[in-house]
Amino acid sequence: MRFGIVTFPGSNCDHDAYHVVKHVTDQDATFLWHKETDLSGVDAVILPGGFSYGDYLRCGAIARFSPILEEVKRFADAGGPVIGICNGFQVLTEAGLLPGAMLRNQGLTFICEDAYLQVANGHLPWTGLCPETIVAPIAHHDGCYYADDETLAELEGEGRVAFRYCDRSGEATLEANPNGSLNNIAGIVNARGNVLGMMPHPERNAETELGDASGAWVFRSVVQAFLDGEVGR
Amino acid sequence: MRIRVHVTPRQGVLDPQGKAVAGGLRSLGFEEVGLVRVGRVIDVTVSGLTAEQALERGRAMGQQLLANEVVEDFDVHVIED
Repeated sequence: MRFGIVTFPGSNCDHDAYHVVKHVTDQDATFLWHKETDLSGVDAVILPGGFSYGDYLRCGAIARFSPILEEVKRFADAGGPVIGICNGFQVLTEAGLLPGAMLRNQGLTFICEDAYLQVANGHLPWTGLCPETIVAPIAHHDGCYYADDETLAELEGEGRVAFRYCDRSGEATLEANPNGSLNNIAGIVNARGNVLGMMPHPERNAETELGDASGAWVFRSVVQAFLDGEVGR
Repeated sequence: MRIRVHVTPRQGVLDPQGKAVAGGLRSLGFEEVGLVRVGRVIDVTVSGLTAEQALERGRAMGQQLLANEVVEDFDVHVIED
């Protein structure tokens, strides 16, 4: 399986994602410059974390004008697996590939810490092999997920919440919510399930040198789903 | 001519920044302070438009880029320099 990692001006987690795909999950990986107009035949797309276009106007607002985003949209519409991590999640909401928006963290501070995540739906292409909880660091200032009541009800009703912030025992409590996200939401998918956006960084906890390595299951899941023919163009 | 777009957090959407500023004002003695909403002002210089056209273009700019209507409201003013 071949992953394409999009590099925008200001992306800074593209190499981490590349490393995990290539050396932890043993798959092919290639960088895709944001000005490119084709995806070089990749089987999955990663929109990495960072500060694309300096977070000008709103986080992720300008990246949607990058030529490659049109191709990513087409790829997603055709059922191709796409993951947006942190700034990549913000890009996906601004580009209209995922509903809702990210607000400034409720406590107003930039938060950089490990987050426990309850796998709220373990039957998605990106979560199929995940254990009940995983650990993934968060590093953001604008990660408070917001959607109107109707959208939120739709996400919950359709099992489209992929991850929730939780405590060590897996309970999605108020205290475990680091940024004020509605319903402790840390990650959601589109209606078809092939597009995942998440604020935490699974690629930063994919090897035992960095933690319990549970973040790697997100990437292994999509590889398995691809091999099983459950996801792909 | 300038199009001035005011972008503010949408009513009902939590604005922690506004809340913090309101707290700051009250602690300075501005006890009359109620709600504070912190937003931004975007000035766009344009040419070759009537005031009416500028207003219409400004609204389109707000909808398509300058505001994210999931969480923000905006209003448009035309300033004749």
